[in-house]
Amino acid sequence: MRLHEYQAKEVFAEAGMPTPDATLAESTDEVCEAADAIGYPVAVKAQVHVGGRGKAGGIELAENEEEAREAADSILGMDLKGYTVESVLVEQAVDFVDELYVGVTMDRGAGKPVAMVSSEGGVDIESVAEENPEAIAREHIDPAFGMHHYQARRAVYDAGVDREVASDVAGVLSTLFDLWENRDASEAEINPLMITGEGEVVAADAVMNIDDDALFRQPDLAEMEQEAAGDDLEAKANEYGFDYVRLDGNVGIIGNGAGLVMTTLDLVDYYGGEPANFLDIGGGAKAERVANALDMVFSDENVDSVVFNLFGGITRGDEVARGINSAIEEFDDLPKPVVVRLAGTNAEEGMEILNADALDVEQTLEGAVQKAVEQAGGAQ
Amino acid sequence: MSVLVDEDTRVVVQGITGGEGEFHAGQMIEYGTNVVAGAVPGRGGEEVHGVPVYDTVSGAAEAEDADASVVLVPPAFAADALFEALDSPVDLVVAITEGIPTQDMSRVKKRLGETDKHLVGPNCPGVITPGEAKLGILPGNIFSSGNVGLISRSGTLTYQVVDNLTDRGLGQTTAIGIGGDPIIGTDFVEALSLFEEDPATEAVVMCGEIGGSDEEEAARYIDENMSTPVAGFIAGRTAPAGKRMGHAGAIVSGSGAGTAESKIEALSDAGVPVGDTPEEVADNVEELL
Repeated sequence: MRLHEYQAKEVFAEAGMPTPDATLAESTDEVCEAADAIGYPVAVKAQVHVGGRGKAGGIELAENEEEAREAADSILGMDLKGYTVESVLVEQAVDFVDELYVGVTMDRGAGKPVAMVSSEGGVDIESVAEENPEAIAREHIDPAFGMHHYQARRAVYDAGVDREVASDVAGVLSTLFDLWENRDASEAEINPLMITGEGEVVAADAVMNIDDDALFRQPDLAEMEQEAAGDDLEAKANEYGFDYVRLDGNVGIIGNGAGLVMTTLDLVDYYGGEPANFLDIGGGAKAERVANALDMVFSDENVDSVVFNLFGGITRGDEVARGINSAIEEFDDLPKPVVVRLAGTNAEEGMEILNADALDVEQTLEGAVQKAVEQAGGAQ
Repeated sequence: MSVLVDEDTRVVVQGITGGEGEFHAGQMIEYGTNVVAGAVPGRGGEEVHGVPVYDTVSGAAEAEDADASVVLVPPAFAADALFEALDSPVDLVVAITEGIPTQDMSRVKKRLGETDKHLVGPNCPGVITPGEAKLGILPGNIFSSGNVGLISRSGTLTYQVVDNLTDRGLGQTTAIGIGGDPIIGTDFVEALSLFEEDPATEAVVMCGEIGGSDEEEAARYIDENMSTPVAGFIAGRTAPAGKRMGHAGAIVSGSGAGTAESKIEALSDAGVPVGDTPEEVADNVEELL
């Protein structure tokens, strides 16, 4: 779960992190009111989950009310990489002399958290990481102990941060690590961390992604409003609780287990077809969930055929067959050809109860995929 | 021969009184696994499927001489259950639970490194030595005994590939589902080393997927250390960059690292034939044998 900038900054501020004065606004008048209260100049920043907002026109500076009005008019309601901007953060513009990057994430290879500092802030940190990796100082953290303060200091000095502000930046990094740990974040980043002419440090942006698996112990974060996905179908999948990704092709793909569903996609491609989606019904799915999955994929107008590939382990073939049957009844006639392949736990029971007249049934994965590609109009 | 588990493995099931725990303990017993105890705090003295339940893993392991544990405990309590297992006398811990917070697993992994025990998973289907024992939720009936070792990051993909192998009469020594999470216990390299040391394993299949760099590291290991031939499969060739495909690990950063191409290339360079389909993986195994 990704927090919005304004939400992450609230969490930051609670922890004592220096953040600029800011107010969330949803209309042009609200933007002007907020700017007036904060004092010009202000930054008007789109609150959507999109990287590179600045370059895409989602962040504007305003020196006065006229500019604030213009900025609000242009940003509110705009389409930013598929997301409609419904709110903006009106924030005190920081007069900075330097920009840093600080971040904490899990290094999956090492199995440990890693804290990072770079004096090359304010830019795309991924390209810094690729082109000039030495420009990022890294400290691996003992997950059982947490970050020693010397590690924060060492990262800051290694990154070549100005000595005048080094101690404050180390303090910010320590606070960021504690937040990352206490709030079960997968990533916590400040880019840029601004240094003002007076030598103050200010978190001018805030990124915080929370581990979905840990939301059960972060109830206040779990309650924060989530933006609907940019895509209607992906929003619907969220409602149903499916792992779903929409793609560009015309062969709909449903299966159980991420690895097997990815393999089914790959085989559709291998046999000359184009996958329309990735849909994992997950482990132990009951009949209703199976029917919902079919409903999901049918509602994608790009889909010309569907392959339903089940290899039951914890999921049972008879449950899946019942789900497919109820979808057949619900739709009277299936709106698109469906190829089913059932294997594994209770697959035989499933085959017996499956309403096979309405479907194409195949014994093997390869056969099912080839059939679905053919039903969608053949190899491209 | 086999790796990690055999007919003598004595198993404790942590969470045996829960829905999943009870069902899969039953399935394991039916398969012939030597399930000797359950461990559930507060439920000591009860019995499930005729197996005695203890309050603690250590208590169960000491009383029943157990050497392995299967963890079927809900995610919120799973890390604690793993610490308990790692601090008990059992040598092998198989963690089936899906959805354990990553930070918890990071701490478990650190503790694991301080022991000489094996942890398989979490978020995995388990380990099976066909005809002898299964520790986990794998459907036993698709496996057959033979000379091929199997390692996979995905449960259902394991079943698919085993099905293709079994269909050709290619039985398995042991199959290990290592799990699809970002932080896992036994990784490809450790599993490969176990099969390398097993005289009965004459070929190994490793099924990887996009995300992370475990397959690339495995390729390096194979190149430098393996005499047993390895066949590979990588899921997620068609996955778009930046999208998460179910498994926490299965996200492609977009920078080239962790992609199917980079994994296939690394494995091919190490002399590992990578099949385009599970069917082709079986073809490749036949040739390697």
